[in-house]
Amino acid sequence: MAKITLENLAHSYLPNPATEQDFALKELNHDWADGEAYALLGASGCGKSTLLNIISGLLIPSQGRVLFDGRDVTTLPTADRNIAQVFQFPVVYDTMSVRDNLAFPLKNRGVDAAEIQRRVQKVAEMIGMEDQLGRKARGLTADAKQKISLGRGMVREDVNALLFDEPLTVIDPHMKWELRTQLKKLHTDFGHTMIYVTHDQTEALTFADKVVVMHDGRVVQIGTPQELFERPAHTFVGYFIGSPGMNLFDAQIDGTRARIGEATIDLGAHYTATGRTQIGVRPEFIQLSSGGAGIPARVSRIEDVGRHKIVRLDVAGNEVSMIAGEGEAIPADADRITFAPDGINIYADDWRVAPQGEGAI
Amino acid sequence: MNKTVNQKAWFLILPVLILVAFSAVIPLMTVVNYSVQDTFGNNQFFWAGLDWFRDMLHSDRMWNALSRQLMFSGIILAIEIPLGIYVALNMPKSGFWSSFCLVLMSLPLLIPWNVVGTIWQIFGRVDIGLLGYTLDALGIDYNYTQNSFHAWVTVIVMDVWHWTSLVALLAFAGLRSIPDAYYQAAKIDQASRWAVFRYIELPKMAGVLMIAILLRFMDSFMIYTEPFVVTGGGPGNATTFLSIDLVKMALGQFDLGPAAAFSLMYFLVILVISWVFYTVMTTLDKREGN
Repeated sequence: MAKITLENLAHSYLPNPATEQDFALKELNHDWADGEAYALLGASGCGKSTLLNIISGLLIPSQGRVLFDGRDVTTLPTADRNIAQVFQFPVVYDTMSVRDNLAFPLKNRGVDAAEIQRRVQKVAEMIGMEDQLGRKARGLTADAKQKISLGRGMVREDVNALLFDEPLTVIDPHMKWELRTQLKKLHTDFGHTMIYVTHDQTEALTFADKVVVMHDGRVVQIGTPQELFERPAHTFVGYFIGSPGMNLFDAQIDGTRARIGEATIDLGAHYTATGRTQIGVRPEFIQLSSGGAGIPARVSRIEDVGRHKIVRLDVAGNEVSMIAGEGEAIPADADRITFAPDGINIYADDWRVAPQGEGAI
Repeated sequence: MNKTVNQKAWFLILPVLILVAFSAVIPLMTVVNYSVQDTFGNNQFFWAGLDWFRDMLHSDRMWNALSRQLMFSGIILAIEIPLGIYVALNMPKSGFWSSFCLVLMSLPLLIPWNVVGTIWQIFGRVDIGLLGYTLDALGIDYNYTQNSFHAWVTVIVMDVWHWTSLVALLAFAGLRSIPDAYYQAAKIDQASRWAVFRYIELPKMAGVLMIAILLRFMDSFMIYTEPFVVTGGGPGNATTFLSIDLVKMALGQFDLGPAAAFSLMYFLVILVISWVFYTVMTTLDKREGN
């Protein structure tokens, strides 16, 4: 186990990167605490696999350093870093038995036979494949193969970190839950440092203690699932996490009040924001009302998704979503929406502005 | 559900039947026809039963040609398959040089067989050929027209030059289909170069290699043009392989009956060896699955 530190890390696939646009991964400083489970979340092509490959040593960064427990490993080859990685497509050695697959990393490191036997047995129990040790790995289902790849990582007891690169992409939906739960359990039981790359918010939020959201080669927010939900640091986090994502309204911010179109709303706190200012409100924090205060809106359609209803509204030509409870009636004369004061976030040029008095995040 | 029965639909397979009849069945039956008859000229034929087959089975000439043939196919497979894999492993994986190598290696495959024979026939000549002249100048008494060992070496080197590319191209295609994740996982598992080859590359290439072996076996077992042009089957009968012998017998000596019996047995041998080979490979494949 180790703490992993990234120092001024950046990477470009071009030989001579000039502008910031040339970098697939923009400059970043971060500590991955020992024994925590992280999820690296972002859309495809946002640089998350690049970051993972730099940590695992498959890629040497263009600048900056990678430290494991303070030791510089930036240019060390993968094998010397003692990490394990599970890939998107299950990698097993087809012609070997399940047992030999699990023993392979140990054999290559010259561990003695009795010790190999003991650890393979232990790992097989961890991944629930004790009764399949003797069979050939070829022809196993994708989830069984993925368990073997995971097992090959964990069989080395001193492994510094377990990295997952979208490991559940090719797994059937009903097995996804099971595997994810198993991973989570392995983490609580054995306390490996885990970094889990995914573009699926549910996977990220259920798996990780801390979620690192990446957008366009940049880390935009690192936080607990709750922080990401309540206080998205960037409009991308707002709309990427949540279903449906956060609604954004162009607004003029003036101290404790904001103007959206003709309507004025009370923000409940004092903000100083310049540039392109927006108000972000999650669908969960919007209510319908008729007449009185609020922003004029028209209900355009209602989608019933089972546990709740998604109400699509038309606000000055923009689509806005709100979530209403399953039993909640939608009044026919509803023509206004109001925001719960807790659910309001202010953004200037896409970055969140903290209200005066709130601790910096 | 009621299915409409229309017997006229059988006519739809008629074109295929006619095509196969003319391309395969009728020519083969002509050979079968010759193999059970004897003739003394004048287009008069007499029933001979299985005599020609019996004769051929007791003919040293055929057994010698067959053993030369098996030795030839065995040697070229033993050289071309490992060499082809080795070349494929060391080829540039992508970019300009990869395409360059692919084109360069396809060239021998595009040369007509009798041209290949002619190239090597001249290449190996002691008086004007680059290879023959050079070897001679180096003090090696090389002469493929008189020394049967030299003739063998020449024919084998020629075949290796001509066909190793095919194996290499097939193996390369197999290698390119391996996702990068396998190599990355192997790095993480600290696998040696040999282990990567043995447990990742070789299993992934097994399918195409099987095709390569089968193709090279069948082709080499039927080889005619190149050795005929280079050595004409000589010196003596040293490089007289099955098809060369067959042509000598059928067209040179015009022994239609024995030659027809020979052809059928030749055909059966190829069929049986290929079938055994294919069955063994596929069952091995299946057994590994469980």
